[in-house]
Amino acid sequence: MKGASRSTAAPRGAARGLLTGFSALVFVFFYAPIVVLFVFSFNNSNSISIWSGFTNDWYGAALDNANVTSAMSVSIRVAVISTVISVVLGTLSALTLERYRWRGRMVFDAILYLPIIIPDVAMAVMLLLFFSRASDLISLVPGIDTSSGIDSLVLSHVAFNISFVSVVVRARIADMDPSVEEAAADLYANRWRTFWRVTLPQIMPGIIGGALLALTTSFDDVVISSFVAALGSTTLPVYVFGLLRKDVTPLINAVSMIILAISIALVALSLLTQRTLSRSD
Amino acid sequence: MPIDTEPALAIAEPTGARPLSDLEAGDEKARSRLGLLLALPGIVYLTVFFVIPLGFVVVTSFATRTRTGRTAYESWNTDAYSKIISSDLIRTVAWRSLGLGIITTLICLALAFPLSYFISTRKPVVRNLLLIGVMIPFWSNFLVRTYAWRVLLDSNGLGTRLLGALGLGDGRILFTQKAVVLGMVYGFLPFMVLPLYAALERIDWSLVEASRDLYASGWGAFRRVVWPLSRPGVIAGSILVFVPSFGAYITPALLGGGKDPLLGSYIVGQFLQARNWPLGSALSVVVLVVMLAGTIVYFRTGGRTL
Repeated sequence: MKGASRSTAAPRGAARGLLTGFSALVFVFFYAPIVVLFVFSFNNSNSISIWSGFTNDWYGAALDNANVTSAMSVSIRVAVISTVISVVLGTLSALTLERYRWRGRMVFDAILYLPIIIPDVAMAVMLLLFFSRASDLISLVPGIDTSSGIDSLVLSHVAFNISFVSVVVRARIADMDPSVEEAAADLYANRWRTFWRVTLPQIMPGIIGGALLALTTSFDDVVISSFVAALGSTTLPVYVFGLLRKDVTPLINAVSMIILAISIALVALSLLTQRTLSRSD
Repeated sequence: MPIDTEPALAIAEPTGARPLSDLEAGDEKARSRLGLLLALPGIVYLTVFFVIPLGFVVVTSFATRTRTGRTAYESWNTDAYSKIISSDLIRTVAWRSLGLGIITTLICLALAFPLSYFISTRKPVVRNLLLIGVMIPFWSNFLVRTYAWRVLLDSNGLGTRLLGALGLGDGRILFTQKAVVLGMVYGFLPFMVLPLYAALERIDWSLVEASRDLYASGWGAFRRVVWPLSRPGVIAGSILVFVPSFGAYITPALLGGGKDPLLGSYIVGQFLQARNWPLGSALSVVVLVVMLAGTIVYFRTGGRTL
């Protein structure tokens, strides 16, 4: 174990106390804003920040608001569809990058990283230009109709989610013991059977973790969605962002808390599946 | 169990071809064809929806904005780039983005280093819990986390009162550059903590013990052993914080009040308001070049963890 909790390498005395206190403060910094927002989403007042009693009316008002619910349904549809597509494409990419060597592999590897690190604004600009120039061509593909807005949102979200899924699945494949697959092959399992019976079950925690992460990033995206969304297909974060730039009301606190709760639940699930499932083998 | 201590997004070292069995080791060619076949859907998708759009930006940056705000592709020119160099406004915006990006990065480093050091010296169980504690805000909704500061920094907000009590004027910093830096530090801090943790966690602590046995002081051991060994993490974290700060759009839009635009907001303005797509594209190309330069440095220094 590399942990140094009881060795001379760990800081001692005053330095130790200082380090612990400082770290605790950073965690307060991480979570205090979220807690404050949570508390004020129950505030019985028209002010977003002056406390005057408890109410859950804002949540009722949020769920009664037709704009909020329709944006929510767009968000969920886009997140689910784009996740399904990116899980398939991302898992295939992860498998081929970890297990096979072919010409151009390094180039594909590099391009696959770019959507993760590229600033949102740049990716949004790219896709806006693309859809405004090439939407006629894309609509020629049967089943795709970019004028509906939802399709362009899905196509854009897949473009960054493939990378997130493939990163998580690759980490899982790299941790796998290849000897199990070799054993399956030695026992005369063909490539398909080996994949379905051995490889896929073993990388499943990575796939589930990657899928949950893809749902989160799709559900959270504001900048790219606000650039490619057509009229009538606003996602929930895009709708909230629009409200925030006009007038801030406590209703936004409640809607924000709903978004945050969904997003934290997905992240926590993703982290847990990657860790607990990978421990059980 | 190494999987427990790695951040969930530890990017695997490229392991290259690892033949599935000895029986198949002979037909390398068939394997290479199968590999390419598996990659094909991803390659096609990213070519159409990432590489070609990227090309559109580059092409548009050499186009012309007509008087009516349309974009004409007939005559190629470098007017947009000349404007970036000659315009005082754009220069101001760019320097401001650079400055705030650097300040944000330095503050993140100062906050993240002690925290990462603390986490990496805990027992494995505690370490995992603390890491999850860092990763939950990292992946949860950025817009809402930024908006939370709007509530805190409101004229009667708790944050405003706290800053006032700490003696920072009347504590009213909302819609100033201070609020933007605060929001960016809050939003991007986990980008610094995770690679720093990954670097510190890899340190062989017996080296530190050895230096202590050789009568190095605590500070001496830190400066001579821990700091040099954590440098890859410092570089990776700094790039991961600086790049999104440099192109930030949401944080300045919510907390900055729009008086002093940053590069991200300025680019968006060129597309949605000014309808000067060539200029917006040229500025996007600049941001992309900065990002690419950062990425190359990142991988050169052996960074592999997000």
